[in-house]
This record gives sequence, structure tokens and C-alpha cells, in this order.
Amino acid sequence: MSEELFIQGNEACAKGAIRAGCRFFAGYPITPSTEVAETLARELPKVGGSFVQMEDEIASAGAIIGGSWGGTKSMTATSGPGLSLMQENIGYAFITETPIVVVDVQRGSPSTGQPTMAAQGDMMQARWGSHGDYEPIALSPSSVQEFFDFTVKAFNLAEEYRVPVFVMADEVVGHMREKIVIDDDIEIVPRKMPESKEDFLPFKNIENGTNPMPSFGQGFNIHVTGLTHDERGYPDTNNPDTHDALVQRLCDKVLNNTDKICSVKSKYCDDADTIIISYGAPVRSVIEAARKARAEGNKVGYIKLDTPWPFPEKQVLDLAADASNIVVVEMNLGQMYYEVNRVLRRDANVHLVGKIGGLMPTPDEILSKINKLGGK
Amino acid sequence: MSDGNKFTPYMRKDRLPHIFCPGCGNGTIMSAFLKAMEKAEMDFENIAMVSGIGCSSRIPGYMDCDSLHTTHGRALSFATGLKTANKDLDVVVFTGDGDCASIGGNHLIHAARRNINLTVICINNNIYGMTGGQISPTSPKGSYGTTAPYGNQDNPFNLAELVAAAGATYSARWTTIQIESLVMAIKDGLKNPGFSFIEVVTQCPTYYGRKNKLRTPTAMAVTLKMNTVFKDAASRMRQKDLEGKIVVGEFANTQKAEFTENIERISEEKFGKKTLINSAYEEEL
Repeated sequence: MSEELFIQGNEACAKGAIRAGCRFFAGYPITPSTEVAETLARELPKVGGSFVQMEDEIASAGAIIGGSWGGTKSMTATSGPGLSLMQENIGYAFITETPIVVVDVQRGSPSTGQPTMAAQGDMMQARWGSHGDYEPIALSPSSVQEFFDFTVKAFNLAEEYRVPVFVMADEVVGHMREKIVIDDDIEIVPRKMPESKEDFLPFKNIENGTNPMPSFGQGFNIHVTGLTHDERGYPDTNNPDTHDALVQRLCDKVLNNTDKICSVKSKYCDDADTIIISYGAPVRSVIEAARKARAEGNKVGYIKLDTPWPFPEKQVLDLAADASNIVVVEMNLGQMYYEVNRVLRRDANVHLVGKIGGLMPTPDEILSKINKLGGK
Repeated sequence: MSDGNKFTPYMRKDRLPHIFCPGCGNGTIMSAFLKAMEKAEMDFENIAMVSGIGCSSRIPGYMDCDSLHTTHGRALSFATGLKTANKDLDVVVFTGDGDCASIGGNHLIHAARRNINLTVICINNNIYGMTGGQISPTSPKGSYGTTAPYGNQDNPFNLAELVAAAGATYSARWTTIQIESLVMAIKDGLKNPGFSFIEVVTQCPTYYGRKNKLRTPTAMAVTLKMNTVFKDAASRMRQKDLEGKIVVGEFANTQKAEFTENIERISEEKFGKKTLINSAYEEEL
């Protein structure tokens, strides 16, 4: 028996978190993400979980990392200003390989910007916001259903690869109400406890990169530090080889698995001369624009990036191999545009429909850009 | 290296020797902690330690227990998450004056306000040691540091009183000179089922001493001893006579509902649910 609900995006996110096994949420009120916290404050006590309103977003990120080492799947939700505050601890989660989920319901920015208006201005913040080299995973939902699905997927990926995972939503998807269907047989990835305490190396440079993760209090007596550490977890900050092996493994465990992590959806790409690339809420307009273009006989297709990070380079290259024009549609002045341009500029002209101000780009705005390119 | 002493079994021997300077108070405080833990009849196996950044925050790295060495100032927020996720753990936080009173000041007062069951040992050496001797929020007025070459003009925080005012159910201050009192205070803090804060004023001969004409550990120890005033005596002294003095004693010792107990009580009373522990490992919840 599946369940059908008519709910708001932020509520769907909270429900997805609970379904994925999240039993600890720490957060700080911020528009337009607050309903995620409010829903979890109401729901977590019903399922043996804990909700904490922290004193700020720095503390929220710290608390969920602590919660994760305490053996509980943990999440926070915020918007751009809060994500900025969380960045140092997000870097800590990367180097300590702590599974956490960070939901960002993006709003107009920079700074306090437009709290109640939609934007996608944090995409590069998700990619590069903390200092140092790391490979983030980010999912961008385009519907309320996807906000639920991608939150579940974010927890699964966080556990699978022991990394922080971002759900990069936006105010449109966060606040719209749609029908969603919750299936009974959703795949949930549980954490793996190491088998033996004898000679256990918590940060071993193993082939596939991801070690099982003990929780505190199980007798493993491990040391977890944000300093560059050896395979035992002990600080070893002056040895170039230790740092190289550690950071390379942290990046490789994501980069070597992009086939499994990256996801796109596409339509009409086979014979398309013009391909629209988008993610999040604007995909809704993109689908309509492509449909209209096809109805008029123009060879227009689209690619929807489910996972902006790691950038689905291989999938995009395959799908766009024969296109001569690429149009990136996003609610910023060009962020994923740079990534698309890096990947496709040798074979196609890459253009931008970048809309800021808080409103979605309309199908007609996208079509008018395509028409200017020659309409094909 | 010798075979060690009765506390050696609690140490990560493969991490020794430690990084602390000769004459540093951290060793004295580690030993006071372990004595207090035995006196409180705590199960060492059940202790998890959390720390921030700084000399004091390196202590958990030498203890053979689960330890989380976090970002600068944020130890208490990580500890809040850890304790909330698994309230069966005895969570001990090692921090310093720069770590918990400057960059982490907000987390300190909020953790105290929540009365979450953590035992916080704040090693107050009045200076930033790890970065080389800059003044801290507890540096006495007029003291010297590399960032106060003409003498510190700022007023220091009174941490034990600040934390008591913020709502901690146990708060005390001692120095590395009153070892027995310090041990008893840590013991009381460990046994207190709420937020416990033990400020230990200690010597940093390497940086504080060098900058303030107290180069030897002995000179620093003598100064600490001479500046100490017991709380009862201090209450009879005039404010201006207390300037530069270290008032020692208990500043809070009371009982209030504890944070994680409150969370579980709501789950149990309203929904008949106990707070789950280690649920991340379950496929079905």
C-alpha cells in the first residue's frame, strides 16, 4: 500500500528524512526553510527521534556531526545565509567522513537578500563553500515528490560514501504544494558497523575509499579530528604523504563512483540541435518550453540535472554530443553555467538564461532565447 | 620512557610523547580528571570526549576513549549533538579560554542555558598558547601578549560566574595549585546530572610567563597561589581589592531538569516512545 499526500515541499522533505531513518535534527530558524524544522519538531518525538533548535547555524552543523558520531542519522535545513555559517563544520564533516544531510532551500542573495523569494545562488557555495579540496554530492529537486525522494536518496548516499550530502532546493519547490506518492518499498541504506575491534583502522586508505563507521560508545575508542590524520585517526600534520593519501581518498571515493552517484533525466535529446540544461524549480518551465518548441517543429531537448554535484559530466557529454547550442537555465547569473561550459564548450555554443529577482524563468523567456539562437 | 603510572591504562600510549610544553598545567589537569573519574566511580568505557582547538583541546587525543577533536570554539555544539543522539554516554568536554569564551562564547552560554548533561573542563591559561601567545578574553587587564605589546586594555570575562548566570547547575573555579579541591570539583561535575563547568586557572610558562616576567613554572605557580582568594573571603572584600585576584570555589550547585531527559520525557509521555540509540545501523525503524 502506498500513501498519497497533498503537501508542501518542505514538509515532504521532513517526511523523506524520517522515512530515510533520520532521528536527529538540529537547526536554526530561517526563511524559506523553516517548515522543515517545524515539521520535524512535531514528528521526530513520535518516532523516538530528537529535535534541537540550536543557537545558530554553526552550532546546528556541529550538532548534527556530533549526532552522527552518536550513531544517529542526522540532518539540518537552512537557506543561503545559514549555509555560509555552516561551511567550516561542513569541511570538518568531509575530512572526518561524517554522514550528514544539509538541506538548503535557496532564496535571493547575496547576504540577507530576498528571504521569501526563490533563487539558486548557492550552487557554487555547495561546491566550493568550505576551504580545501573535497567532492560534494548535491541533489536538486524540481517537485515536491522529488524533494521527498531526493531527501531519502541524500541519506542513502551519505551513508554509502560517508560524506555530507546537500539537498539544494529552492523557495519554489520548498513552498509549493503538490500530490506525492510514498511507496512502501523504498530502499534505505543503513550504516555499517565495523566487524572487529582488533586492529581496526577507522580511516584506512582502502581501495573503494569508504570504511565502515563505528559510533561512539561501542568500544572502538577512536579519535576523530579535523586535523590531517593517519589511518588510525591520529593527527599527522607535517607529513605530505599522509595528507595526500587522505585527501585523495576522500575525493576519489566520490569521483570513482560518479556512475552510481550522478543522475540526469532527459527528453528529446537524440536529434536535438538545441539542448536546455537545468535543475531544480526552473526545470518545470524548461519542460514546457521544450514541449512547445517541439510542437512548433524545432529540435529542442532538455537535460535535468538531478545531481548538480558531482557534475554528471559523462551523461551530459553523451546526451549533448550532437547539439550545437546549449542553453543553461538557472535562477542566478550563471553558476552551473560555468560547469556546463567547461564540459561542452569544445563542441557547442553554451548560452545562459540566468534569472534573478525571485521569480521563475517562464517557458516563453526560455523560448525567446532559443528563438534568438536561430530557433532550431 | 617509564612503564607509566596507575593512569597509564587510560592513555593512548601509541600517541606519546605528548606535545605539551615543559611546565604546562595540562598534565596536572589530566591526572586530576582521572582521579576525579575514579572517585566518581565512573565507567571509563562509557566516557566520550569532545574538544575544540587549542592546547587544552589536545587532551582527548591522548585518552583511550572515543574522542571528537572538532573545530575552533564549537566543541559544545558537537557535544550537544553527541549527547542528544546517545544520552547513555558520559560526555566530557575539554576546552580552553580562547576556545570556549571567545570564538565559542555563544555555544557556552546556550549549553549552560539548556542544562544539558555535559561535564566541561575549561583550562584557562589566560592566553592563546597554540598560536603563540596572543591575549584571550580572560587575560588580566594590563597583562602582556603578542597582540597586546603595550598591555591588555580589555576587561576579562569571569567565566565560572558567567556560566552560572547562564543556567549551569554546577560551576566551579580552581587552579592547578589546589589539586584536591580541583579533583573534588571535577568529581562533583561528573556526578551532576546537568551542565557542569569546571574552570581551571593554569600556568602557561612558555607564552604567558615569557610575556609577563614569569618565565618559570615555579614563578607562575607561586603567582597563581598568591592571587587565589577563596569565595567566602572574596565576598567580604571590596571590588577594587579583588582586581587581578582569582576567586576560587563553587558558583553554582543546584538541580534543574536536564535537556536530553526533557526530550525523552516528551516522547514517552505523549507518544510512548523511548529515544532511539544507534538507529543509523537499522534498516527498518
